[in-house]
Amino acid sequence: MALLLDIVGWSLLALGSVMLLIGGIGLVRLPEVFSRMHAAGIIDTLGAGAILAGLMIEAGLTLVTVKLALIVIFILFTSPTATHALARAALHGGVRLPQDRPGAPEDELPGPGEQSSKT
Amino acid sequence: MGFMAVTGFAVARLRNLFAVVMLTGIFSLTAAMLYVVLDAVDVAFTEAAVGAGISTVLLLSTLALTTSEEKTVNTGDSHWALALVVATGCVLVYGTLDMPPFGDPTAAIHNYVAPYYLEKSGAQTGIPNVVTSILASYRGYDTLGEVFVIFTASVGVLLIIGRPKFGRRRTHRFAAGELRDSMRQNVILRVVSKLLIPFIMVFALYVQWHGDFGPGGGFQAGVIFAAGYILYTLIFDVDTARMVVPAGATRLCLGLGVLLYAGVGVVSLLMGGDFLDYSVLADDPVKGQHLGILLIEFGVGLTVAAAMIAIFFTFARQER
Amino acid sequence: MIAAVTVAVLVTMALAIFRSIKGPTVYDRILAVNAFGTLTVVLISVYGFLNGRPDFLDLALVYALINFIGTIAVSKYVEFSHMGRPTGGDELGDV
Repeated sequence: MALLLDIVGWSLLALGSVMLLIGGIGLVRLPEVFSRMHAAGIIDTLGAGAILAGLMIEAGLTLVTVKLALIVIFILFTSPTATHALARAALHGGVRLPQDRPGAPEDELPGPGEQSSKT
Repeated sequence: MGFMAVTGFAVARLRNLFAVVMLTGIFSLTAAMLYVVLDAVDVAFTEAAVGAGISTVLLLSTLALTTSEEKTVNTGDSHWALALVVATGCVLVYGTLDMPPFGDPTAAIHNYVAPYYLEKSGAQTGIPNVVTSILASYRGYDTLGEVFVIFTASVGVLLIIGRPKFGRRRTHRFAAGELRDSMRQNVILRVVSKLLIPFIMVFALYVQWHGDFGPGGGFQAGVIFAAGYILYTLIFDVDTARMVVPAGATRLCLGLGVLLYAGVGVVSLLMGGDFLDYSVLADDPVKGQHLGILLIEFGVGLTVAAAMIAIFFTFARQER
Repeated sequence: MIAAVTVAVLVTMALAIFRSIKGPTVYDRILAVNAFGTLTVVLISVYGFLNGRPDFLDLALVYALINFIGTIAVSKYVEFSHMGRPTGGDELGDV
């Protein structure tokens, strides 16, 4: 049983490291801001999450695990929110989505008073 | 350390000030990691909270008030300057060659100063965290000075740019179109921050009181508390934030923290000991030390939080 | 094995720094700094776990928090070019 837990823990750590590297390469090589946000998301959730989860399994039931769980929950809450704020800023700042580039219609975010048709 | 070198170089060379601000954030983070590797967790804590977070926010507020491109300065022939800097660097490095190697057990600092504190601190102050006991008790006078420095810096900022110009009175409220110019319209940010801010405040309190046993203490707790409130201000603008904490409360807390700290010192005087000698505060000297440390750390936390909030508000409420 | 994890984190950090220096738009840079912050959290957690000191995890939590608030602040600055200026009278926004 302990061996099984150990294997799961180490494999999570390995998976997390691979995800970090993939995300990092994506951050450098992808062509466009919004695509890179996907890569950063992989780093944050899959990478950090898997590594911290692996650490949690390795640590067993101690205070360390509780704190690690808190960190994971926090990252899972805040990282997508921060990316969302950033994406909104980018969109309002004028960075065009790739499919919108050549003479596409205006973006569909509702103005302050209008109702969105698909809330 | 290679990261720090690269980042530092880029900071000096890039003209776009915004990029520079981002890179100083990274620089602070790498510095904090160095501290962690050197096993100085309290310092890393403070470096993270202040350097990577608050500094970035304040620098950005400054950028909002000034230009975002650094003016090219014509420095002419700067070879002499470079030579001078390199020479000074070499002299400094040469000076350090004489020092004992890092972690050398026969070094003076490891044989006289540190063991004294390490051995005596537990018995005399009753708290496990030696950093806190040195900061708050053995070197309490220094820390009082630090708190005064933070207080003075904040007062300086308030004096210089605190008040709006005379005669300007703006009375319009949020017009329909103006609500767009704000983050409060954004549902996701509103909800998430409302969920998070209570936890941030509680975490700040945890760090404050836990400073006796683990890394933490007044400075870090004050910064975390201020960060929570700044988050609130960022999402819901200054008007709403000001309704939550009434005007003047920040100024009050600013002075109250310092007063508390110095007050503890004066009380110790009145009770027969030296200034800031906590042993006389209670029947048992160890209990007295513990009580004194708790009180002054709280004073530090109050002043630091109030100072950060005050400075941020002063910057944020300026118009371009 | 932990060494491999640390190496992976460090390599990804280098990639993030590269993007933060190079990124043509500001949003690239903000993104890179955010990712770098999360990587710092991971690195400190791994390091704290290795040394068996739960205190380090407080530090990691603070980093995650500061990272988040910093990114929000920067996004706000970039989008609105102010940090929440007051629109009421003189008293509002007074410290």
